[in-house]
Amino acid sequence: MKFLISTLLIALLSFVSGLYLPWWGVALAAFLVSALVPQRPGLSFLSGFLALFLLWALLAWSIDAANNSILSKKIAEILPLGGNPYLLIIVTAFVGALVGGGAALTGSFIHRRAR
Amino acid sequence: MRIIPFLLSLLITAALIFFLDNQWGKLPPLGKFLSPQHGIWQNAEPVNKSYTGELSLPGLKERASVYFDEYLIPHVYANSEVDACYVQGYLHAKFRLWQMEFQTFAAAGRLSEVLGPGEDNRILKYDRSMRRLGMVDAAEKAVVKMEEDSTTKRDCDAYTAGVNDYIRNLKSGELPLEYKLLNYQPEPWSNLKTALFVKYMAFDLAGRDNDFEMTNAKSIFSKEDLAKLYPAVVDSADPIVPKGTHFMPPGFVPKPPATADSLYFSNRDSLTATEMKPEKSNGSNNWAVSGKKTLKGRPILCSDPHLSTNLPAIWYQMQIRTPTYNVYGVSFPGAPYIVIGFNDSCAWGVTNAGRDVRDYYAIKFKDNSRREYWFNNAWRTTEQRRIDTFKVKGQPDVYDTVAYTVFGPVMYDPSFNGFANATSDHSYAVRWKAADSSNELATFGRLQSAANYDDYKEALEHFKCPGQNFVFASKSGQVAIWQQGDFPAKWKGQGLYVMPGEDSSYMWQGNIRPEENPHMILLDDEPNRGFVSSANQVPVDTSYPYFLGSDFPPYRGLEINRRLAQMNAITPADMIKLQTDNYDVFAEMAKPLLLRNIQESKLDDAGKGYLNQFKLWRLRNDTAEQGPVIFKYWWTHLQEEIYDDEFAKSTLPLMRPFESTLLEALLKDSTYSFIDNVNTPEKETLQQVVTTAFMRSVPDLIQAGKEDKLAWGKFKDTWARHLLRLPALSRMHLPIGGGTHCINAAKQFHGPSWRMIVQLTDKTEAYGVYPGGQSGNPGSPYYDTFVDKWAAGDYYPIWVMDMGEMRDKRIKWTMHLKPGNQ
Repeated sequence: MKFLISTLLIALLSFVSGLYLPWWGVALAAFLVSALVPQRPGLSFLSGFLALFLLWALLAWSIDAANNSILSKKIAEILPLGGNPYLLIIVTAFVGALVGGGAALTGSFIHRRAR
Repeated sequence: MRIIPFLLSLLITAALIFFLDNQWGKLPPLGKFLSPQHGIWQNAEPVNKSYTGELSLPGLKERASVYFDEYLIPHVYANSEVDACYVQGYLHAKFRLWQMEFQTFAAAGRLSEVLGPGEDNRILKYDRSMRRLGMVDAAEKAVVKMEEDSTTKRDCDAYTAGVNDYIRNLKSGELPLEYKLLNYQPEPWSNLKTALFVKYMAFDLAGRDNDFEMTNAKSIFSKEDLAKLYPAVVDSADPIVPKGTHFMPPGFVPKPPATADSLYFSNRDSLTATEMKPEKSNGSNNWAVSGKKTLKGRPILCSDPHLSTNLPAIWYQMQIRTPTYNVYGVSFPGAPYIVIGFNDSCAWGVTNAGRDVRDYYAIKFKDNSRREYWFNNAWRTTEQRRIDTFKVKGQPDVYDTVAYTVFGPVMYDPSFNGFANATSDHSYAVRWKAADSSNELATFGRLQSAANYDDYKEALEHFKCPGQNFVFASKSGQVAIWQQGDFPAKWKGQGLYVMPGEDSSYMWQGNIRPEENPHMILLDDEPNRGFVSSANQVPVDTSYPYFLGSDFPPYRGLEINRRLAQMNAITPADMIKLQTDNYDVFAEMAKPLLLRNIQESKLDDAGKGYLNQFKLWRLRNDTAEQGPVIFKYWWTHLQEEIYDDEFAKSTLPLMRPFESTLLEALLKDSTYSFIDNVNTPEKETLQQVVTTAFMRSVPDLIQAGKEDKLAWGKFKDTWARHLLRLPALSRMHLPIGGGTHCINAAKQFHGPSWRMIVQLTDKTEAYGVYPGGQSGNPGSPYYDTFVDKWAAGDYYPIWVMDMGEMRDKRIKWTMHLKPGNQ
């Protein structure tokens, strides 16, 4: 339950941060939530990772669908990801997830070792 | 709190964020770049994105509206000219911001700032060339001149404000894609940037000469050979002003220096500097026919500028209506006004004059400090020493010291030898017409509201450089062409080669009087041929009293004039056919010569097969034709057979003779002396070299066949290429025919950049197409809207929207703009 709440909170706060802060605002969001909702470090990392993976994947996927993949195909050639839009979405989600996970992990160490 | 794991984890996360927030080599800052709320995903516009809305813009004086049609072409309604310019700036920025700024970086020699120094420092060398040529000085001078003209100043100020009001409210997500790729931010716009863009066009169109190559040729070849390799006149050319036209006696007769023969024409110095040159074929076609030759009895004007086929395209199409004018056409993102287009009274178009307005002078400096140089029998202090700073991405700044002489800036010296690998201890100053102060924009500002020939003529007077052929036609039936620009009156041979810079006698002495510029006006009550045209050919015959130089391609002009002369009861549909014609007039002249001289018996079966195909070729460079590929290889190898032996003897930068030179030489003289291979004891004949050249083509053709490149369209492989040359952002392998010598001058990265046809009937009937799209965003469905139709030779009917058509279903979005704070 805590895991679910933490994950959803990180995702929500990350999205809000994106409206006002630079891209690394997601790290602040993950850090804050994991500092406020104590979990074991491993689970915190997973919360942050999952939250950002899902958030960024979902956002990128919905943008891509509305764009008929016009741009993602081109970017996936430049990067290079073989021109595959889905690969680009996964890479995008993974980049966000790493930052989210790392920041959440850092936040979790604010707490004493659980029991 | 668990301090150590916390710090460790913090450090790793911070390092990760740092890594993802910065660019590493070619890899963009991945975090910033991929964040769905900030990065490139924000450039992926929904395909059904709406542009409708109401906006308050601080720089606007009164309300204005922008109606976007189904192609995202804006139809702007503004209550004043100044508001029109403001809205134009705003729209250019909204749809083309990165491109317009990037082009001014190219003009100002600042590309290494955003791209790095490039392989082998090529980008840095390009930047140094642009600064040394004086592009920034020229733009600064132009701003002064522009701001002296109250109308130009008012309009440019408004344009700049429009661009800046867009930039000011740009959210990080909306930043154009290329800024994100290269990781930098736009600067505020300024009138100087507009001037830099204008000078960039001057460089593109009047920044080309062959002075260094010709000087080297002079050091190697005898006078007789030089005349054969680089003749002053192309016999087959049909000038813009018909042969036999009577010219006024010259208003100014330049005096050749007393030492011209000894120090100039007979001088055998050579040099190693390698120049950066704009595209050779920056040419164009335009023509206008009078009502006598059209079905509707009204003039038809056609314009077709040939420029690099870039994405985002060089042009942005729009209609602008104010209480004083209603103009439609294409504009340059980066400058106000419509450049090629039409209004309710008349239409105009331009081609490049291609006159030589850039010359070099050899400078003798006293010592390596290059502070004094020998001039008019004394050591003279340099007029100015400018230290240029180049910010180079990822590297320390680079400095360059440029000395200024009476002629102009020193372009090449021991510290800079252009793109050459060899260094040189010589110095050369450059005199370039575009460095003089002028206000070319005033011409376009005035053309927008021109009502008749007199207005057109007055508008042209402001245009100094790059020299252009302005074609004009009006609804009242006037048809005219003027080669407009400030052209130095040169003595015969002046500026063909690098000139001595030790005294004033080699300087430009004065300009050709504007009224002596080549022109043709069709008057209704006089018999005339019923059309005017230009295609970068020589403007006049040899009876013109001034020296013109010799770099004028003859063939497109020849074909256009021949066709126009035959045509009658012309309709816009006929003009569409003509403008996209793939007939190769150069091949028409060369083919019989080749076939007369080929020794068929020496060919194997494969060779005979290709030769038969070539015989059957009907001289059209259509996409599926193989004839043009055979011809291309054959002619290339023929040039090599004839010239390689002589030219290989020198490692200096040289220029091969033009294709027209070789063709005309062989047509006139089958014993043309260069046919003989100087490395063999025997004396080769034309039959021999033509046959050898063909036999050398056979393996090339077999190879091309294996690679599926025997069809002309595939062989030529035309692109609409992104300015950063990234294939992913380009449209590659476009199925379009034509070529260098065809009216449809589509080459690999270069070609018809805006085909326009305007029939000046009471209700104007017009057609247009360009190889691009209205949006500069590679993530927009409007990025390459017109490319396929362009390649196919199809046009879009131009819709000049009327006041009463605001509810027309062609309007997809409406942007209401009102003055005020945002």
